[in-house]
Amino acid sequence: MNTASLAKRLIGHALFWPVTVLVVMLLANIVFTPGFLDIRIEQGHLYGSLIDILLFGAPLILVAIGMTMVIATGGIDLSVGATVAISGALACDLISKGHGLPVAIGTAVGVSVLLGLWNGLLVTRLGIQPIIATLILMVAGRGIAQLITGGQIITINDQGYKLIGGGYWLGLPFAIILVAVALAVTAVLTRRTALALLIEAVGGNAEAARLTGIRSRGLIVLAYVFCGLCAGVAGLMISSNTLSADGNNAGLWIELDAILAVVLGGTALTGGRFSLAGTVLGALIIQTLDTTIYTAGIPPRTTLVFSAAVVTIVCLIQSPAFRARFSRKKRRRPAPPVPTNPQQEVAA
Amino acid sequence: MTAFVLRRAAPFALGRRHVPVLVTLGLFVLAFAIGAVRYENFGSAQVFLDLFIDNAFLIVVALGMTFVILTGGIDLSVGSVVALSGMLCAIGTMKLGLPAPLVIAGVLVIGTLFGAGMGYVIHAFQVQPFIATLAGMFLARGICLTLSENQISIDDGFFDAVALNSLPLPGENRLSWGAVVSLVAVAVVVYVLQWTRTGRNVYAVGGSEQSAVLMGLPAARTKIQVYAISGFCSALGGVLFALYTLSGDPTHALGMELDAIAAVVIGGTVLTGGSGYAIGSVLGVLVLGVIKTILSFEGTLSSWWTRIAIGVLLFGFIALQRLIASRRKATTPV
Repeated sequence: MNTASLAKRLIGHALFWPVTVLVVMLLANIVFTPGFLDIRIEQGHLYGSLIDILLFGAPLILVAIGMTMVIATGGIDLSVGATVAISGALACDLISKGHGLPVAIGTAVGVSVLLGLWNGLLVTRLGIQPIIATLILMVAGRGIAQLITGGQIITINDQGYKLIGGGYWLGLPFAIILVAVALAVTAVLTRRTALALLIEAVGGNAEAARLTGIRSRGLIVLAYVFCGLCAGVAGLMISSNTLSADGNNAGLWIELDAILAVVLGGTALTGGRFSLAGTVLGALIIQTLDTTIYTAGIPPRTTLVFSAAVVTIVCLIQSPAFRARFSRKKRRRPAPPVPTNPQQEVAA
Repeated sequence: MTAFVLRRAAPFALGRRHVPVLVTLGLFVLAFAIGAVRYENFGSAQVFLDLFIDNAFLIVVALGMTFVILTGGIDLSVGSVVALSGMLCAIGTMKLGLPAPLVIAGVLVIGTLFGAGMGYVIHAFQVQPFIATLAGMFLARGICLTLSENQISIDDGFFDAVALNSLPLPGENRLSWGAVVSLVAVAVVVYVLQWTRTGRNVYAVGGSEQSAVLMGLPAARTKIQVYAISGFCSALGGVLFALYTLSGDPTHALGMELDAIAAVVIGGTVLTGGSGYAIGSVLGVLVLGVIKTILSFEGTLSSWWTRIAIGVLLFGFIALQRLIASRRKATTPV
């Protein structure tokens, strides 16, 4: 295989652009902050900017994994931010009232699953468009979270709970391990079984999938339940990291970041095809962008302008219409030479 | 002549497609009546007029959103553009010392171009509206914060004069000039959607873009147009918001896109596009407004109950829409 076709295959790979963007960002960081890639061990724990990116990005990656499955079915879930807030608020409220960790975590996760089930049923049974079905919980959910916390920020002091989002296990931040396990389980369940195929069939055309004998409705409900579960655990992580629950601000805008991560990873919002690796890359791009802006000393208030620029650039690169426009121009320049003698050409 | 009158009056004739709007109207009347029975002073004309005064900006923003949703799109940038417009009003008059009418005209042009830019990206590069307008939302809010992190008070002769005076109405009632502007906007939008070619194109593209193209309607231009209109309405909403608060603030109107989308949906416009009315969106805003008024009269209820109430209402309306739609079409999706 020659280098030209290898390069062509590389550029053609679905993950080429997300990886390139991430690498460019990390390189830019090394220029700004020389020791950026260093990872050191202190008191048996791993420290470093890269670990920080993974640690702070853990809830987003988790939410984005759930979002990927929903988007793969052709849906979207706007309520994950509200679920994050409700889950954190419930867990902290129960712990502050003297309940044990298993009760608190179990209730929070259980309620998150129920919220996912509610979304799934609205989409499948009532036939409501996903964006609107989940908008209901997005609007009401944050109110519910504030109702649980009484409009206050609940602070707790439970070192066991601290482990989930801010603790270390085997020298690694526990949140990273949790995300790695969730990712591995999801990957194995979807890619080693026919689940991915079924979900993609549903996302491609739910009615056609149903007619071929796939239980579309069940699969769609499953995707929303899984998304709710992921958001619930992410809510535990976020509240555990600060040992507090803030019904108003916990997980604010995380639904947009998660959708963005999925899109940056190359999954189309129309559904029918998904890439878990792409989603993780997308979430890492978002988190790295945040960290880059922070470490490079760019005022945080301009973060959004950079986010907008990156979103626009990555989406344009991935837009087939945008690429077609440029490749067509490239191809047009070396116009095929007009044959001087048509008959000779035919004979040849 | 009779035929002419009938044709002109046709949009007023009531049919099944008006049911969602009528339900919203009924709900608004019911909520207002409950408030009037429950609280003293609630049933006065001024409380009713205050709904328009306090929500003038949201009415205008929801009108723009109605255009976008009628084509089957969505515009997440409206809240940020409202904030940006308010900031530009404050900076233009207070920091640059420019005359207010010039600043307002500039803000409206910037808002329109911003919307048109998003519309162009959506159309030309087939970027999903959700993502393109999300980038627009980040961009506008980011520019706000870059311009200033703090609130800027507006103390300009023109703004003060417009904000502090109001239109006197019979019975010692009053209507702010901002509310008057929003009512004019409602009239213009109703006219454009019901009686102009642009309005017909919007409904056609939302109904089925492919069919619209095959019929020779300018689908591309219409799609860019609706985002430009939404941008204009957001900018106008921002000017009204600046008038209402006499300030520009980078954190103004956070999440207003959701209020606008909720108002449009409560007003009976279907999110897949092609069906709905501007008047419905206005009623949607009034329903949200009357809930907030009731909760503020109640006094003891906290702000989160507003969110829960809006969520429950949204659910009720969407379920109702589905019921009506499924009766019309016996096919069930999925």
